[in-house]
Amino acid sequence: MDTKSKQQADAQSATSVREQALSPLPPGENRDTLLGYYHQMVLIRHFEEKSSEMYTKAKIGGYCHLNLGEEATLVGFCAGLESTDYVYTNYREHGYAIGRGISPGAVMAELFGKETGTSRGRGGSMHLFDLERRFMGGYAIVGGQLPLATGAAFAIAYRGSQEVVACQMGDGTTNTGAFHESLNLAKIYHLPIIYFVVNNLYGMGLRVEQGSAVSELYRKACAYDMQSWRVDGNDILAVRDAMRNAAVIAREKHEPSLIEAVSYRFRGHSVVDPDRYRDRVEVQQGREHDPITAFATRLTAAGLLDDEQARQIDEQAQQEVEAAVTFAEESPFPSVEEFMQGLEAYVYAPDEAVGKGK
Amino acid sequence: MAEVTYRQALHDCLREELLRDGNVFLLGEEIGTFEGSYKITAGLLKEFGPKRVVDTPIVENGFVGMATGAAMLGLRPVVEIMTINFIVLAMDQIVNHAAKIYAMFGGQCPIPLVIRTPGGGGQQLAATHSQNLEVWFAHVPGLKVVAPSTPADAKGLLRTSVRDNNPVIFLENLALYNIKGEVPIDDFLVPIGQAKVTKEGTDLTVISYSRMAAVALDVARRMEQENNLSIEVVDLRSLRPLDHKTIINSVKKTNRAIVFEEDWRSFGIGAEIAAILQEEAFDDLDAPIKRVASLEVPLPYSKPLELATLTGSKQLLEAINDLAPRRRRR
Repeated sequence: MDTKSKQQADAQSATSVREQALSPLPPGENRDTLLGYYHQMVLIRHFEEKSSEMYTKAKIGGYCHLNLGEEATLVGFCAGLESTDYVYTNYREHGYAIGRGISPGAVMAELFGKETGTSRGRGGSMHLFDLERRFMGGYAIVGGQLPLATGAAFAIAYRGSQEVVACQMGDGTTNTGAFHESLNLAKIYHLPIIYFVVNNLYGMGLRVEQGSAVSELYRKACAYDMQSWRVDGNDILAVRDAMRNAAVIAREKHEPSLIEAVSYRFRGHSVVDPDRYRDRVEVQQGREHDPITAFATRLTAAGLLDDEQARQIDEQAQQEVEAAVTFAEESPFPSVEEFMQGLEAYVYAPDEAVGKGK
Repeated sequence: MAEVTYRQALHDCLREELLRDGNVFLLGEEIGTFEGSYKITAGLLKEFGPKRVVDTPIVENGFVGMATGAAMLGLRPVVEIMTINFIVLAMDQIVNHAAKIYAMFGGQCPIPLVIRTPGGGGQQLAATHSQNLEVWFAHVPGLKVVAPSTPADAKGLLRTSVRDNNPVIFLENLALYNIKGEVPIDDFLVPIGQAKVTKEGTDLTVISYSRMAAVALDVARRMEQENNLSIEVVDLRSLRPLDHKTIINSVKKTNRAIVFEEDWRSFGIGAEIAAILQEEAFDDLDAPIKRVASLEVPLPYSKPLELATLTGSKQLLEAINDLAPRRRRR
């Protein structure tokens, strides 16, 4: 197959996995659980639209990368894990933080640079963290989180405990040395980790097939004799089930694995990206494959959701986001005076912090 | 007290810390089956097994990051980087991650991590195997950097580093591994951030660290006997945090200072010390501060060229002769 026809075949394969999002619901699903997923997806959609608005109002500084269009991928990712499992992500992580149960208020407060934010205003959009919920950080150097997540899995194996580490990344990450080094380490040490690649077809403006010799990214895991799968990132249940499957392999067989979720971002790389490099028709088609609409259609077809309920969920999510903004607005900025007086304490952990990281 | 080599002091400390704390483990290239490129970890795999003494493949960024991640969950990894030249491959994990995680995430997650690595030239290992890159790390808030020159300080500082809750870059030197010295046998700690006056004097101060601190002490003793010069030697021991007080107090006494370092001169440790002295002890200085460092070239292989490039006792003696008070000069 020549390169061009191979690219087309890969692109078609990415599209065809998306069609599954509209298939009927599998049997045996719990209604409240499904509506819970739906609510989370809608909440994250509104949260990110609000983040964009707050950015343009200059309430949020720096870079701001949104999860719009990736809601099924990230809610499915979180739904496949236990609360005791550990999560590492890249810098496009607001939705993952909320999906792990961090309050939208604490996330918005971090974006606003407030003391009540997840990282006390020290990290910002790309560096959310919550030890209690085992959300072990958003990381803004592409590939940086992989060796760290691999090390967390190493610690779990060292202690012989039952948790799993899930490490999210974008498609561009699979070209880095950190990716290949980490997969190799995880395999040789038999570590309980799930590498989760969100393939939204672009690393900033570079198409996957331009940057990667193998554009079906899940196939890269075979170099490390590691199980891997490609799933439709617009199908929340497919993502969740793949995560559950990988978590069983990690927890019970102490082996790493890799999932590629094919997704699409509705907007540019970050809030300030005018997105001129993507074909208009492609973007239009991507938005038509809206994971929230798809899930609503499936829920409705199964008789689990009607228009009134959908409206209520939407309204509730909007209220939660408004409350998050109010919380962030009303929260204090970190005290410059305290900061200046405690620079040492800001940078270095004290002696008594021994074991706090456990 | 017992007289042991610098190598043995490091080995004994690692062994004792492995015995003391089940969260301590070692990892690095060839530290287990091969027993370490410089045999610091000899016998430890046999004694503690592969769970505690972990051989890694050649992936510096990968295993330094892996150690950092394990530290995030409360383990206390001690990484060996075979030589400091290879640490360059792990700079992302050290500078962007290990050094940042505690502060950047609002103080939620300490990183109790030690990275041990030897630097230094003089073994005809040429440009890529003979560097002194301490400044790269001493520049970064979030790291602690130590560079002991004696077996006792090596043991006491390594023990403190293993028990510290922050990432510590522990700098060794190839030419120090075989030197001998008295080491206390009890569970002593050397605090990070405290310099030591290794020889008192009144005519001038030589400020140094790691191998050059040992050379400086030797030169100072000789000069005292041969030239009747009273030289004070300050061994920094820690580069970050840096002990300003001990340096300043010494120069207030001697009024003259030489900084003696094996690294390159520009933007080096000497530049930092000179800046501190002019800021904090300007009125006490009787002469400009001298910097004695290695030539600013990639280190050549050929022995005569290598000798000409690296700094040492000859260069220090010249500087002392230049700087010593007139009344003392011959």
